[in-house]
Amino acid sequence: MMSQGISRKVFLRRAAAGGAMLTAPGLLRAGAAFGSTAAKLPKTIVFSNWPLYIDVKKKTHPSILQFQKAHPGTTVRYLEDINDNDQFFGKIEGPLSQGQSTGRDLIVLTDSSGLPQRMIQLGWVEKWDKSAMPHVKNLIPAQQHPAWDPHRDYSLPWQSIMAGIGYDPHKVGYELDSVDKLLTDPKLKGKVTLLTQLSDTIGLVMLANGDDPAHVTKKTWDAAVARIKKAVQSGQIRQFTGNDYAPLLAKGDVWAAFAWSGDLVQLQVDHPGLKWVAPKTGAIFSTDNMLIPKGGNAYAASVLADWFYIPKIAAEVEDYVNYICPVTGADKILLKSDPAVAKNPLIFPPASLLAKLHQFDANAINNQKYKQDFQHLIGA
Amino acid sequence: MGKLLHRRAWVTPYALLTPGMAWLFVFFLFPMYYLGKMALSQGLFPLFSFGWAWGNFSYAVSTYSTQFVRSLEYAGIATAVALAISYPLAYWIAFRGGRWKNLFLLLVIAPFFVTYLIRTLAWETILSDNGVVVSVLKDVHILGSDGRLLATSAAVIAGITYNFLPFMVLPLYVSLEQIDHRLIEAASDLYASRPNSFLRVTLPLSLPGVFAGVLLTFIPAAGDFINAQLLGTPQQYMIGNVIESEFLSLRDYPTAAALSFVLMGSILVLVLVFARALGTDRLTAGTAA
Repeated sequence: MMSQGISRKVFLRRAAAGGAMLTAPGLLRAGAAFGSTAAKLPKTIVFSNWPLYIDVKKKTHPSILQFQKAHPGTTVRYLEDINDNDQFFGKIEGPLSQGQSTGRDLIVLTDSSGLPQRMIQLGWVEKWDKSAMPHVKNLIPAQQHPAWDPHRDYSLPWQSIMAGIGYDPHKVGYELDSVDKLLTDPKLKGKVTLLTQLSDTIGLVMLANGDDPAHVTKKTWDAAVARIKKAVQSGQIRQFTGNDYAPLLAKGDVWAAFAWSGDLVQLQVDHPGLKWVAPKTGAIFSTDNMLIPKGGNAYAASVLADWFYIPKIAAEVEDYVNYICPVTGADKILLKSDPAVAKNPLIFPPASLLAKLHQFDANAINNQKYKQDFQHLIGA
Repeated sequence: MGKLLHRRAWVTPYALLTPGMAWLFVFFLFPMYYLGKMALSQGLFPLFSFGWAWGNFSYAVSTYSTQFVRSLEYAGIATAVALAISYPLAYWIAFRGGRWKNLFLLLVIAPFFVTYLIRTLAWETILSDNGVVVSVLKDVHILGSDGRLLATSAAVIAGITYNFLPFMVLPLYVSLEQIDHRLIEAASDLYASRPNSFLRVTLPLSLPGVFAGVLLTFIPAAGDFINAQLLGTPQQYMIGNVIESEFLSLRDYPTAAALSFVLMGSILVLVLVFARALGTDRLTAGTAA
């Protein structure tokens, strides 16, 4: 009875899909029909993500609602319970180390925290079910083969982030595209914050030193740490922060900061005077990755992750989130629906900006000695 | 029947103690056992193995002595300031509050209806470089033109004091409220001046409240990390910040566990010294009175 009903629905949708494939709504319906997924999906899929990291409309998430509509009988329990990579990892590490489920099917962690790599090494993540992921082909080429997961067997980008300099031009009084000036200009003394994210802060300073953050050596590490230490001791650096530099920058307590591009795009809505720039010596690029923690439903998580690689869905998410979109074709859809977002270089970076982006050495991130040095540097 | 009950009467105290003891066992002794085991373990995350690694303690103390001393210093200053603010306040409510006593007490604990984090974030706004407080202090030349309050030791201590103030006020109020007013009248009848009757009657009788308030403020203040995180800079980080970072960022659980033990031990020693200095017998007698 049940299977009859489902196959009839699938049949009708597939019949409709032929004519509708070229239109966006048609694409959604086609996605729903793909591979009779409704028959295999569980009742609930649990997805943990960062706050304000998905489209929101009247306290709902349209992209999730559309997924549920396209996969009747399945509900996505969307949790915004990740505020910090390390803290969240601390929360799930206990059950994972005991071979227990975390109660989640999909989570999002940043590669520059070193945690996705570490979880793969420890065998704490499930492989994607690629047979259920027809849209993953839309992943932008630059993101297809990271060194720590060369075939994207375990991870998929959710959004990418650029770390550079965020500042208030009115307070600073000049175009601040130099890490040198940020760390030494007496005018900025006590008005500068750096990030608690090791890869971003050390990476930006390494670039300013003329060193390669993708290949960290003891010499380049020590040089970067010494430079930051000098700035801390002189009182130039006010604080090391997560993304809580944003309200300080908006209030004027902080004039310049190592900052993430997406935060500034969101801040600019209320504070159009604020600016984000890639330093002339280069910016650091990192990616938040979807992962299936061990014990999660790999098939269900794969179907849900794939959903966000449909360009129309990716465009809807991007229109709200404003970080860097990993899905090819989302910009073309946004050109029609919201050209300002589609043309924003911080969301769809042009080649000139992409050329300035560097990734941080994945091995250095998990080096215990470096981590200790950095924690001592930031005061804890 | 009566005989049977009498025979089993010895069981009653143990039966009454059982829920509390079970609670302590599950939520205190059991975790403490694991914390102790971890503090003596070695290896890298997640493969720690127990090995009587006493070196974790010496490493923890020698590496983070600055933050240890700073924590005790900040907690001590905050406790002293809280006592200085709370004693007159509690005294006034207890002796002059009249029928508004409950309202005043409600006002004291009202901030507790808001979460700790939000209260601390509110201080971030109050002490902002562009806020009213800093502007006024600059206008009256207490702060220099480029001076600030936020991201200083003063801000961290002020935040701790504010956040733990009710822990000081409430026990003080309870002990002051219990004082028999006839004793103060008697002191006055015997020609004691007001300061004298306060020093010889009121203050000694309120010492149990002072003792309880100091402990309730100092102990959590020494382990606090939120105020230093939000209102301070790396130069103000306390031992709580270090433990948090050792656990969550470095995932060096043995060092974090050793630090937690050293913090507990230091606080215990200080509390014992404090109790001895104040005289626990007198305090108990004061409570009984």
